[in-house]
Amino acid sequence: MTGWIICARGIIWREALRFLQQKERFFAALVRPLVWLFIFAAGFRAVLGLSITEPYETYILYETYVVPGLCAMIQLFNGMQSSLSMVYDRETGAMRTLLISPYPRWFLLTSKLAASVIVSLFQVYAFLLIAWLWGVEPPLAGFIAILPALVLSGLMLGAIGLFLSSAIKQLENFAGVMNFVIFPMFFASSALYPLWRLQEGSVLLHDIALFNPFTHSVELIRFALYLKVNWTSLAVVLLCGAAFLTAAIVAYNPSRGLIRRTRRG
Amino acid sequence: MTTPLSIRGVSHSYGSIVALDEVSLDVTSGTFTVLLGVNGAGKTTLFNLITRLFAAASGTIQICGHDLNQMPSAALAAMGVVFQSRALDPGLSVAQNIIYQGALHGLPRREALNRGEAALERMGLADRMGEKAARLSGGQQRRVEIARALLHRPRLILCDEATVGLDVKSRTGIVADLHRMTAEEGLGVLWTTHLIDEVAPDDPVHVLHQGKILAHGQAAEIAGDKTLSDAFLALTGAEA
Repeated sequence: MTGWIICARGIIWREALRFLQQKERFFAALVRPLVWLFIFAAGFRAVLGLSITEPYETYILYETYVVPGLCAMIQLFNGMQSSLSMVYDRETGAMRTLLISPYPRWFLLTSKLAASVIVSLFQVYAFLLIAWLWGVEPPLAGFIAILPALVLSGLMLGAIGLFLSSAIKQLENFAGVMNFVIFPMFFASSALYPLWRLQEGSVLLHDIALFNPFTHSVELIRFALYLKVNWTSLAVVLLCGAAFLTAAIVAYNPSRGLIRRTRRG
Repeated sequence: MTTPLSIRGVSHSYGSIVALDEVSLDVTSGTFTVLLGVNGAGKTTLFNLITRLFAAASGTIQICGHDLNQMPSAALAAMGVVFQSRALDPGLSVAQNIIYQGALHGLPRREALNRGEAALERMGLADRMGEKAARLSGGQQRRVEIARALLHRPRLILCDEATVGLDVKSRTGIVADLHRMTAEEGLGVLWTTHLIDEVAPDDPVHVLHQGKILAHGQAAEIAGDKTLSDAFLALTGAEA
């Protein structure tokens, strides 16, 4: 086995170990979407009528509509949590242990990103299983078809988090970013309401949601779950993922980096 | 044999504040070289540049003959680092921390564990492999970090204020361990500190103050007929 594979595997293994040890993190990652599914969706079912819209071929309950959005939400939180851990790692020195590895920085950061995506996959599949028991039953093949969509969506959301982690100076600043990134991205998207519904309420909000990369994560997952491909969303997720990952790698580059440069000692 | 660390004319600024001004120094094999300076002298900046956290504005840094900017992988592979801030994963066991560090240097799990065990043996911690890092004392954690830094058999060990926050006994023990390894294994160690009592009379010392090297030579030479502490105060006090 080459050193490259050992290195990438080591980074993924550490992330998985940390995740397994933080049982409350797994619990929180599951409870959050389940609260939306069990409570919010149940309440909304009566209020929000959904006409037949792609990729669905029949009328659907609101619970069915909201599940792909909640899968993406899990990945959004996971991506941000992973970048939060990078800010924390930087404050403790664990981040620097990673960065002084002789392997190139782009490789280390991409491995870190891959680790965070793998962790998010466990969370999403656990959620989908519970949703299935709750009565949201997409085609069984959808559980396999969704995998590449989840990987791409996780990579894009993780890359956004990675880029943010390079720009955030301290942990305290992160709470603000959560408010300014997670909530706007989630609410101004097609996760909770279809775009055409948003347009009825506000054209501006519809336009914002249309340009929100998170919307395309949601739609990519939604279509894949029902064995279809949303090509526009696929392109947006690929392009945004590449752009944010490149930006993060540049930000962590030693000569052009945005890494905190405090003067101490 | 090439010099483990060679720094030539390195300068660095934060905006208009000059943190390092034309710093040059060498760490040769088998020496415990001390970079002595008060807080704010520029030690950590120099340390960040050597570990490539960011790049120097000017000057060159070579590790075992590899230029840090041109051959970063070879340069980083030749150094082991102990940071001032704690870098062990407290939730993982000592063995898991060692496996992770080994992986970052491309070492297979078994190899990393064997080497880690041997290094911990020398530090008197071989029986703590299975223990969570968080359960170790500050001094023990530091020793594990040093063992970890030695895993990939580097020729240069960098320690940035590695004994800060430790009790006197732990500090003395760690400094003695590193002196011993330097002599026995021919490692080059760069030890940054503001604690003068960690310096042995025959250690090469560079006094860094306000970004400049004010004096270098053996500790006993720099001290002359005074104590090193008085000589250090005279040097830095005159410049302050």
